[in-house]
Amino acid sequence: MIDQTFVELSRWQFAAVAMYHFIFVPLTLGLSWILVIIESVHVMSGKQIYQDMSRFWTKLFAINFALGVTTGLTMEFQFGTNWAYYSHYVGDVFGAPLAIEGLMAFFLESTFVGLLLLGRDRLSKVQYLVVVFLTALGTNLSALWILVANGWMQNPVGAEFSADTMRMEMTDFWAVVFNPVAQVKFIHTTAAGYVTASMFVIGISAWYLLKGRDVAFAKRSFAVAAGFGLASALSVIVLGDESGYELGDVQKMKLAAIEAEWHTQPAPASFNAVAFPDQEKRENGFEIRVPWALGLIATRSIDTEVPGIGDLVAHAETRVRSGTVAYAMLEKLRAGDKTAETRATFDQHKADLGYGLLLKRYVTDPATATDAQVQAAAWDSVPYVPYLFWSFRIMVGLGFAMLGLFALSFLLLARGTLEKNTWLLRILVWSIPLPWIACETGWFVAEFGRQPWAIGEVLPTFLATSALTTTDIVTSMAAYLLFYSVLLAIEIFLMVRFARLGPSCLHTGRYHHEQNRAPDALPGARLTPAE
Amino acid sequence: MLDYETLKLVWWMLVGILLIGFAVTDGMDMGVGMLLPFVGRKDEERRVAINTVGPHWDGNQVWLITAGGAIFAAWPAVYAAAFSGFYLAMLLVLIGLFFRPVGFDYRSKLDDPRWRSAWDWGLFAGGLIPALIFGVAFGNLLQGVPFHLDSFLKPHYEGSFIWALLPLLNPFALLAGLVSVAMLALHGALWLQIRADGAVAHRAKRAVAVLALVVPLLFALGGVWVWLGIDGYRIVSEPAHSAMPNPLAKEVMRAPGVWLDVYARLPVAMLLPAIGLLAPLLAGLLSRVGRPGLGFVASGLGITGIIATAGVSMFPFVMPSSTQPNSSLTVWDAPSSHLTLTIMFFAVLIFLPIVLAYTVWCYRAMWGKVSIADIEAKKHHAY
Ligand code: HDD
Ligand code: HEM
Ligand code: HEM
Repeated sequence: MIDQTFVELSRWQFAAVAMYHFIFVPLTLGLSWILVIIESVHVMSGKQIYQDMSRFWTKLFAINFALGVTTGLTMEFQFGTNWAYYSHYVGDVFGAPLAIEGLMAFFLESTFVGLLLLGRDRLSKVQYLVVVFLTALGTNLSALWILVANGWMQNPVGAEFSADTMRMEMTDFWAVVFNPVAQVKFIHTTAAGYVTASMFVIGISAWYLLKGRDVAFAKRSFAVAAGFGLASALSVIVLGDESGYELGDVQKMKLAAIEAEWHTQPAPASFNAVAFPDQEKRENGFEIRVPWALGLIATRSIDTEVPGIGDLVAHAETRVRSGTVAYAMLEKLRAGDKTAETRATFDQHKADLGYGLLLKRYVTDPATATDAQVQAAAWDSVPYVPYLFWSFRIMVGLGFAMLGLFALSFLLLARGTLEKNTWLLRILVWSIPLPWIACETGWFVAEFGRQPWAIGEVLPTFLATSALTTTDIVTSMAAYLLFYSVLLAIEIFLMVRFARLGPSCLHTGRYHHEQNRAPDALPGARLTPAE
Repeated sequence: MLDYETLKLVWWMLVGILLIGFAVTDGMDMGVGMLLPFVGRKDEERRVAINTVGPHWDGNQVWLITAGGAIFAAWPAVYAAAFSGFYLAMLLVLIGLFFRPVGFDYRSKLDDPRWRSAWDWGLFAGGLIPALIFGVAFGNLLQGVPFHLDSFLKPHYEGSFIWALLPLLNPFALLAGLVSVAMLALHGALWLQIRADGAVAHRAKRAVAVLALVVPLLFALGGVWVWLGIDGYRIVSEPAHSAMPNPLAKEVMRAPGVWLDVYARLPVAMLLPAIGLLAPLLAGLLSRVGRPGLGFVASGLGITGIIATAGVSMFPFVMPSSTQPNSSLTVWDAPSSHLTLTIMFFAVLIFLPIVLAYTVWCYRAMWGKVSIADIEAKKHHAY
């Protein structure tokens, strides 16, 4: 039988490792473009200060990048180590974007990042700009391909189950690449990365302005981040809305769960701004509704219904029943039955095979399931609503808050009254963590909302694991958490240290700490930053 | 368009090329990591060694990442069975690899000697552990891995947790691990002889002199062991090579010495072990006469010969099963569909030459000897 504890542990291990990875990813995605912008200005204006800016933000970029690589390594092999059946079942489709990501993106970013960090004095200005650009392009291409892979898990297009090889096989590569879910994910996620980096740069620059240090340097950085951040925050919201619309199309259950919409409402559906969803009772304890809003977001019309959880479960139930037939036929085929009739019945029901597999949690042979078990399996297709409902609202709330901050910063900067408004500068410093919270909650919505499926409507998560023991997972999880937490602490320590030093860490003699005291007396007696 | 059978064969070669590419490029910087405590007595000396590979190790490491992705795409059954079967071994490899990005990037960011020496040991471990375990893994593939597939093709393993790890560390596998460590250390030492200056290059040259003898010796020992002491696997009956892959449809036997079948059938294959034996010796000679550049090429050839020998001896097996030989995974029954193999073939055909071209450009941009004077001059910017 299925060991649920083991499955839970495997899931949390993946979640933990992925969430660690995504602490570093968004900053790389965005900061690399900010470096391109600064470096372009440097090439065009020839001004020293832009080179100093580029050098300084590159130092912080490097500290972050190192852990992006460290945590990414685990991700690459985790499907094989912990999700072996998943890897067998969908590797034919899912492996391709991952391999292309290596060939097309990782090679590009990793080969050029070495020159970005260490090659400046060996390259001409323009060559160096090209190197920075190619690194940024590489990081963003890597996001494209991994999100093609991830989009396929959400919406498995361009593939078909084969009873002969017992796995999903690719039928249309371009359908996988141009999967609409992957496209919206790519733009929303990269834009989220740009917001993250802008918040990071603007927050640190605001801190220098508050301290009145290196003002010319800080103001220019602030300006770049305010402009880039404003544009990115706008796109992340517009494109987030696009994600919501896409969900209304292909992942109706996820959408209904995010909205805690237990029952289908007459069109146009209203939107729950606040609610206390109760999974047991299958209703909301309390709700504040905004009329029409959900119908508009999810369907872009006022006369299309948004199906509620109850109706979706009823539909799932018919698919579970059909799935039991598919399963029975599959067993016959695997046992050597080659009759055209079996094959035809199987083909007719095979789209529901995944729903049949949901029953594996309760019975070894889904064909013998009772009515109660079929209903339980149908209800399993609903993810846990309260978490989704709230994490989604945190992300959206932070999105609008950050948009407001960038807009204000931009306005005050243009008016030239930035330094007088210290309250805004202070808020900006404290807002540095916000984009990270939005990103992590966003992934939580996307991934937790995909449950119970590892591959949407194809392969339940509990079947996707490896045949390992609980001890294996506990050991590896402890090791990853220990290593990553120690490394994260070191990373934050270095990041804070260099951010506090500011451009003085470049040892040019032009900046605050070096002008006000002897260069040897940089803060921190023994642990003096050398680079 | 290529037919299915040909593509299956092509993919066996492509995976081989990616793994060899990994060993020849990333092996070099892992070798430098392993040699760090020996070639660098002072901080500046270690920085010289580190900066010879500083701009390149990350790009090199992508050979491993891409090999992982390519195995996932081309041989999903192997990706599933191998990485979950070698679970704890893989955990150790990853932990070893964790030390490298942070080690390279963080070590010279602070002046404290304890901080720096801690990261230097990290870089040492990050070179040694993966090199050793990859070798051990090859040693186990040659002996067969205790796994089987159920009727839904999910892989299961004999023994679990520590009890699955201990048998992996058997004497033959450890020997294979040592071959791997020695050949990568040799490769790294030659690189240091080319790119480092002064005492570091001098010590590297001394290391080459020793390792150039150790590598062929260990490799020959392994060859004799495979010939006399290891059971190989042979296919007795199987479906057509162009059939839809089904790893349970064949019959496999196990017997001593059959890993050498291929050399009787195809005598030119003997060239591979010959290269594996002679090229490291040649590398040693070239280093002695002051031509470490050519020596580096020879050592790359040696690595190619050694890895290819293991691959060709096992052909068509990729992952033989010791507990249920019929579950073994082969070049013919582990691959993905015809369409996926085709697409991935073109992806490699287009992107690999581009990758090679810009990699060469980057190496050229950073070419030249790294000396202590350089490090002093760039104290705040170099690794
Ligand atoms: C939206 C972006 C995104 C997402 C969802 C992921 N990654 Fe990632 N990954 C990146 C964006 C990125 C990056 C921006 O390209 C990184 C982060 C920092 C860096 O060094 O490159 C990176 C690094 C990185 C590396 C190291 C590459 C190197 O050596 O340069 C590997 C092996 C992976 N990732 C693998 C994965 C896998 C298997 C993922 C999913 C299961 C995954 N990443 C999710
Ligand atoms: C880097 C950003 C990501 C984050 C923060 C993230 C987060 C999560 C979380 C929270 C879970 C647990 C869901 C649950 O079990 O309740 C999970 C599971 C999983 N995610 Fe992601 N994810 C990320 C990217 C990806 C990508 C890009 C892929 C695939 C290409 C992916 C594949 C998976 C798989 C296979 C599981 C385990 C099976 C499952 O629980 O469904 N994740 N992830
Ligand atoms: C304010 C408007 C926003 C809306 C309407 C919105 C909408 C969405 C939706 C519907 C999803 C789920 C997509 C899926 O399940 O496939 C999502 C995911 C996500 N969101 Fe947002 N979002 C907003 C703001 C933000 C902000 C400000 C950030 C970060 C800075 C962010 C980062 C993410 C990330 C990283 C994901 C996971 C990747 C993905 O599925 O695309 N979002 N968002």
